[in-house]
Amino acid sequence: MAVDRILKDDASEEKGERARMASFVGAIAITDLIKTTLGPKGMDKILQSTGRGHEVTVTNDGATILKSLHIDNPAAKVLIDISKVQDDEVGDGTTSVVVLAGELLREAEKLVAAKIHPMTIISGFRMAAECARNALLQRVVDNKENAEKFKSDLMKIAMTTLSSKILSQDKEHFAQLAVDAVMRLKGSTNLEAIQIIKKPGGSLKDSFLDEGFILDKKIGVGQPKRIENAKILVANTAMDTDKVKIYGARVRVDSMAKVAQIEAAEKEKMKEKVQKIIGHGINCFVNRQLIYNFPEELFADAGVLAIEHADFDGIERLALVTGGEIASTFDNPESACTIVLRGASHHVLDEAERSLHDALCVLSQTVNDTRVLLGGGWPEMVMAKEVDELARKTPGKKSHAIEAFSRALIAIPTIIADNAGLDSADLVAKLRAEHHKEGCNAGIDVITGSVGDMAELGISEAFKVKQAVLLSATEAAEMILRVDEIITCAPRRREDRM
Amino acid sequence: MALAFDEYGRPFIILKEQESKTRLRGIEAQKANISAGKAVARILRTSLGPKGMDKMLQSPDGDVTITNDGATILEQMDVDNQIAKLMVELSRSQDYEIGDGTTGVVVMAGALLEQAERLLERGIHPIRIAEGYEVASRIAFEHLERIAQKFDFGPANIEPLVQTCMTTLSSKIVNRCKRSLAEISVKAVLAVADLERKDVNLDLIKVEGKVGGKLEDTELIYGITVDKDMSHPQMPKQIKDAKIAILTCPFEPPKPKTKHKVDIDTVEKFQTLRQQEQKYFDDMVQKCKDVGSTLVICQWGFDDEANHLLMHRNLPAVRWVGGVELELIAIATGGRIVPRFQELTPEKLGKAGLVRERSFGTTKDKMLYIEHCANSRAVTIFIRGGNKMMIEETKRSIHDALCVARNLIRNNSIVYGGGSAEISCSIAVEAAADKYPGVEQYAIRAFADALDAVPMALAENSGLQPIETLSAVKSQQIKENNPHCGIDCNDVGTNDMREQNVFETLIGKQQQILLATQVVKMILKIDDVISPSEY
Repeated sequence: MAVDRILKDDASEEKGERARMASFVGAIAITDLIKTTLGPKGMDKILQSTGRGHEVTVTNDGATILKSLHIDNPAAKVLIDISKVQDDEVGDGTTSVVVLAGELLREAEKLVAAKIHPMTIISGFRMAAECARNALLQRVVDNKENAEKFKSDLMKIAMTTLSSKILSQDKEHFAQLAVDAVMRLKGSTNLEAIQIIKKPGGSLKDSFLDEGFILDKKIGVGQPKRIENAKILVANTAMDTDKVKIYGARVRVDSMAKVAQIEAAEKEKMKEKVQKIIGHGINCFVNRQLIYNFPEELFADAGVLAIEHADFDGIERLALVTGGEIASTFDNPESACTIVLRGASHHVLDEAERSLHDALCVLSQTVNDTRVLLGGGWPEMVMAKEVDELARKTPGKKSHAIEAFSRALIAIPTIIADNAGLDSADLVAKLRAEHHKEGCNAGIDVITGSVGDMAELGISEAFKVKQAVLLSATEAAEMILRVDEIITCAPRRREDRM
Repeated sequence: MALAFDEYGRPFIILKEQESKTRLRGIEAQKANISAGKAVARILRTSLGPKGMDKMLQSPDGDVTITNDGATILEQMDVDNQIAKLMVELSRSQDYEIGDGTTGVVVMAGALLEQAERLLERGIHPIRIAEGYEVASRIAFEHLERIAQKFDFGPANIEPLVQTCMTTLSSKIVNRCKRSLAEISVKAVLAVADLERKDVNLDLIKVEGKVGGKLEDTELIYGITVDKDMSHPQMPKQIKDAKIAILTCPFEPPKPKTKHKVDIDTVEKFQTLRQQEQKYFDDMVQKCKDVGSTLVICQWGFDDEANHLLMHRNLPAVRWVGGVELELIAIATGGRIVPRFQELTPEKLGKAGLVRERSFGTTKDKMLYIEHCANSRAVTIFIRGGNKMMIEETKRSIHDALCVARNLIRNNSIVYGGGSAEISCSIAVEAAADKYPGVEQYAIRAFADALDAVPMALAENSGLQPIETLSAVKSQQIKENNPHCGIDCNDVGTNDMREQNVFETLIGKQQQILLATQVVKMILKIDDVISPSEY
């Protein structure tokens, strides 16, 4: 008797060609799904949640789209994971990384069909990735020394990042906002210090940057609404009845009179506390917890502005900005700021926030690593050219893989052009011809629909983003290629809740 | 099915619910078992060697694991068959004992089973096969010792160790930067090794990973990292010459375990209780301050008030640190874990040259580095990589490399890799077989054939002609009397594994052969499988 099954009931096993096929199909499906959002003329997606209320999100951000997908294919999950990591690490390029990995796999599929061993393809891809990285390194521009130029670099990067998002109409305005905000951070990547507040109403253009700090809170009744030269106390303390924290304590009384006494004592305690707070000579008090009516009244009497229920982040930021009582140890208190976004609807605001977040992330990373590249498909063409050279020099089957790598790189400008409704074949061919000249700055100018000089058009991208895209995409493609068997366990049974 | 009857002709029920069980007996049972064992080995066969492929495993919760490590594949495979479970156990015990060669041992066992099947068909009794295997494994074991070489290394000369770790890492996805990872592993093991006693406590090496960056950014930290941040955002991010109080008691009012009540019935009592409480917090913080600590690491949480007081008194603190990490910190800094505030004394504080907080990427991920510790015996390997699966796989690979380095420190004998040891053993076993009279001779010869399975799989995975390559190498070994000839997986151009610097540890190889033989013997001895039938 032969044993056919060694796995548990519902587990499935796919081997060799079939397994590879399954991962290719999964990965390419994800790529095709997200491909249309790439580039300045990329389209958005509507995501409807299955949760209560069927909330709708409209977005263009690769990481957000992929995060909300429920995927069963393991290879597709790998791609989603790299996009998430890209988001966490550099904040932008989340679509590009998935598209590049998908294109690499698409090319690899052809090679596998031509009977080239996956390990050979992988070693070819590795060589190509290394070569592509070096090609980029040779062409980077670093304007660290020149503050003026560097600022314009930042501005260009912010505009390039924003141009593919919903904010593209007012990209100049928002790029300015983002650059100003990041410059205030003075080199730290701590984006917590930048607060984004969304207020529906008005138009996107009305969004503004405030160099101070805005708390979305009301001031207690009967307290002054405006304070100059405020002395602020930031606290995290209960301003209701202070509970006794000793375990097992309870109040037990035998008469109404005693209740009254204890209540009085509690009141007395609160009064003391308020007196102590006011005694610090402050005129503004911000608390993370609730402030009851009684202490609120006391504050109002003393002419102190009191704000209750400030959220956790808010408190931390505020302490950062003001260098208040608990912030006494902090060194650079003046670095925080607030961006107030205005817009027609919640969806627009949410998307605007995501776009701005991308821009802020990229900028803060660029401040640390000041190397800059041109955009608009320029880096891909530069890499593709070098990789092509390498393919010609490499003997053996590997050269096919290296060539395939360069084709995958060219796919990115092709998709950008396709998404803009341009004749991609014609444009990419032109671009390729241009790039055979030394020191060429040509890229795709989506606005006019032709090949243009990226340096003149001011389209730039951060080196760090491009490098991360290149490396993670190659790594992911490599991982998927190495697989020759997929074993899927039976899904864990959920209890039926009727 | 054999039944027993009593004097009235009624059947005795021997097995409970006999009808609902399936039963396999005799040769049938052995064949079924063998084919199950072979099926497992077949899955792992393609993962062997530097050109081996990976497997993608999807867990019941939908998480994806991509790995090349035999033990991990089998562990996550959700195996149902009993014999297959034995194979899983086999790979796991190799993992616990040696840490590396988990794929090889299963492939070996599978080959032994395959050979046994042929012998069974010829009518040889399973026990005789098992005995023959036993004899053969002893021959192979001794032969390995003969061809093994000692090699010297010391803290100054780590090159041989690095080379061996590289052999292990070359079959993993991390082989892109195997050199640097191997160096990291060796340095880590040497940092914690007790060279006099020839012992290494791998618990002292912590392997941490954080998604992001690239594999090349992986680093060895002479100290500890904790995936926590300071309890208050405004505490200093860097402390030099830290004196660390390691506490396992929370910064909270005491909670006696016996049931009790504190009754408040007068205003005075309320007042005193309040003062008591304030004093309690104050005392706790003061106590830490008094003994001179500059950093508090606590296993439990802090009350808001305590947190504020700590901040106020300028005493940085970390909360919710796990038990294992706490122990490591204690070992590294030479401090003592203190369960009560009253027992804090200056001697019990740990010392570290530098404690700093580092943040990663655009999210709020923060890690605490404790470096330049008083006792540098605890180290951390900090892995960076493109995605979560990559980090996990790197962790497993590093684990293998660490184990190999440890084994070498315990016993510095090595054999050459690339299948050369197996081929050499196969030749020796084959030669010895003729000396044995009786049926065992066949089993011993079959064992020799099974030993060829590993180099054969290596050649196959590398895209070479398996039979052609194997026979060429084998004849070369005999002709030149050189046991170092193996399969040239990476197409370097030479068969001599000494030149390719491909080593494996002697104990790892020996253990592989012994474990595989044992399991196969066990499987062969089973002649009755009773299992509940599906309903």
